[in-house]
This record gives sequence, structure tokens and C-alpha cells, in this order.
Amino acid sequence: MRLIAENLGGERGGETVFSGIEFALGDGQALVVTGPNGAGKSTLLRIVAGLLPVAAGRVRFEDGGEDFPSAASACHYLGHLNAMKTALSVTENLCFWRDFSGAGSAGVEEALETVGLGGIGHLPFGYLSTGQRRRAAIAKLLVSHRPLWLLDEPTAGLDKASEERFGESMGKHLESGGIVVAATHLPLGIEGKELRMTG
Amino acid sequence: MSGRTEGGAQAKASHIMLALFLRDIRLSIRAGGGALTGVIFFLAVIATIPFGVGPELKLLARIGPAILWIAALLACLLGLDRLFQADREDGSLDLLVLGNDRHMLALTVLTKCLAHWAGSVLPLVIAAPLLGLFMNMEPAGIGATALTLLVGTPAITFIGAAGAAVAVALPRGGLLISVLVLPLTIPVLIFGVSASYGAVADPDPFLQPFLILAALTLFLAVLGPVAAALALRHGTD
Repeated sequence: MRLIAENLGGERGGETVFSGIEFALGDGQALVVTGPNGAGKSTLLRIVAGLLPVAAGRVRFEDGGEDFPSAASACHYLGHLNAMKTALSVTENLCFWRDFSGAGSAGVEEALETVGLGGIGHLPFGYLSTGQRRRAAIAKLLVSHRPLWLLDEPTAGLDKASEERFGESMGKHLESGGIVVAATHLPLGIEGKELRMTG
Repeated sequence: MSGRTEGGAQAKASHIMLALFLRDIRLSIRAGGGALTGVIFFLAVIATIPFGVGPELKLLARIGPAILWIAALLACLLGLDRLFQADREDGSLDLLVLGNDRHMLALTVLTKCLAHWAGSVLPLVIAAPLLGLFMNMEPAGIGATALTLLVGTPAITFIGAAGAAVAVALPRGGLLISVLVLPLTIPVLIFGVSASYGAVADPDPFLQPFLILAALTLFLAVLGPVAAALALRHGTD
């Protein structure tokens, strides 16, 4: 499958944030989006996901097959917010997102082990620290299969060891033919094209 | 594509919606969920009425169904602002909206409405017969009012969902939602109350207003979620 942006422009509140963005990603390729605050990294990700309208140009998602007709249906979107309920336990949260997304690829326990949260699935999400919350949100990417990962500052709040573990998870995802688009300030430990947004 | 279950990507919509329904029910009964706030408000309003109206038992019995309905209507509106706002604040709403390409967003909204109704409004319906006693209503009147509430309150939730979706981005949208939604709920109130009276006051019919009430609920079960889904789809920022 392929994710292609052609002369893509984005705007927030009627003002153009970026324009003329071009990239084409195939199976197993990653795009690391860098740039100063306010350059439009998050806006770009939200436009690719289809959460914001395209201001100029277009985004295409091709060859996704029957299961993934569009970028929105093929993507895992990990935004600034973790999309987890503080009143529910970590396992309950993950089970819900696994069921809601369909297509489970790893067990919830297994996913928690992968992000280094093994054994704390019974705790309410609200009891976790910032870094642990982020790791639980990353585990959400692992409990159901989506070929396209859209990651907005995925390693914010993570410690060194967790960053490395997450790098490995992304590596595995790419090896299995997935696509990653990540906006970040920190090195992610994956090989990929770089898109520098200047704002 | 390793480890993917065959055809798993297109999991059954019913299974997905059940997961969402159960999550929202769980949230509503956990701490801070607000399932009981509506009931307590309902109880407080009904308990205050006899003090205001005076101890005239006949009058209380006569206005009973109307008071129960108005109090239930207001209690329904109470928790509506959190319907989508809670999901928006923690980022879940983005993911629910993204699911639109796999299963209609309107279906997701309908499920959330049903869960909200079962979690916060159904307790009102269950409490209504008890509170009917406070109003000196006769058993037939109590039964009819509870039945009309059971059939009519989902309509309020469905209309409310559209209001909640429009006001989702506003930090204190609760009052705005009530003001937006209240006029639209008037038909539900009218037919709900007239059916309740129809069961006790002899020449008045019960079945006709009751059936119109049921029709309103069914009609709004389609219109409300579709309108809310449209508002949510275009309200993401």
C-alpha cells in the first residue's frame, strides 16, 4: 500500500500553516516529520488522518485492499492525548480499543509486556505516571493491527529504555510492511525519510 | 501483516458497538460518572414540589404526571454536556470519529446515546413510580407515567446528542445545550404528559398520544444521531 501527499497545504483558523508538502511512502517506509513548534506537524498528521480538511493539494491512500480503503480506516492515530479513560483500568481501556478497532494482533497482556507495563494492567489508568500513560497508549497501537501509524510526539514523557523499546516496536511494524509517519523533536531510532517543516 | 486474523479487520459492527456500550456503561457507574446525579436531582425537584404547591392532595395528584415529566426532562438534560465532551478531552473522540470509515459514525453516536440513556436516564424511570407516591398519584397514573417516561426519554437523549455534538468544543456548553435542546423536546413532553393523563382522566385517550410518543422516539433515534455525527465530523479541530 502507498501513502502519497501531493502539494499538500494545511490551514488552522483560516491561516495557511504549511503548503507544498510532498511525500510518497510505500510498504515498510517511515517518514519523520521535524520542525519548530507551530510549523504544522500536528496539523499535517491530522490532515493525513482525515480529521482536518485538506486546504490544498491532496492525500491519497492506495492499494489498501478491501480492509483498508482509506487512510482513516488504515491508521492508528496517536495524538498528544492518550485517548484512555482514567476511571477504567489499563486492561479495560486496551480491551475496549482492541474490540473497537477490530483485528486484534496481540493479546492485551502481551502488548503491556512489550511496553514494559506487565503486571499493572489491573490499575486504573488515572493512577499511572505521565510516562506510563504514554506507554499504555503505545500498547494501544499493538493490540490491533493497522498498517499506517500516525504518531504525534510519540516519545514525549518516555524514559530512555522505553524509547528504545518503542523504537523496536516501530522497527517490527516497518519490517512487517507497515508505514509510520511520526512528528517528533527527538530521534526515534528508526530509519526513514525526513520531512523538515519550516513553518 | 503478521499475526492478523483472517477477515478480522472487518469485525462485526454489533460486536464493536457492544464494546462501546459496555465501556460507556462502566464509565457512568464508576466514580465521577454521574449516573446518580440525575436521579438525585430528580428526587430533589419532586420532593420540593409539595412544599411549594401546598399539601392539597387533589391538586398534587392532578399535576403529578406533568411534574414528573418536567423534572425528568430537566434531569435528562443535566448530564448531556458530558456525552461527547469527556471523550473529546481525553482524545477518544478523534479515534471514534476516525472509525467512521469502518462503521458509520451515526451508529457510534446511537450506541453512545443508548449507553447514556441506560446509565443515566433509566434510573430516573425506575425511580419515577416511587416519586409518584410523593405526588399522591393513583397506581394507574403512576404506571402510565413510568411507561411514557420509559418510551419517551430516549427521544430526549437523541435530541440532546445533537445539541451536545454542536456544543462539544465549548468549555461550559451545558447551559447552551439545555437552551438548544429544550424547545425541541416540547413535542415529546406534550405527548408524554397527555398519554399519562389519558390513562387516568376518562374521556382522554391513552393509546393515540402514546403511539405518537413512540413514533417520535423512533424518528429521533434516526435523526438525532445522524445530525450529531455530522456536527462531530465537521467539528474536529
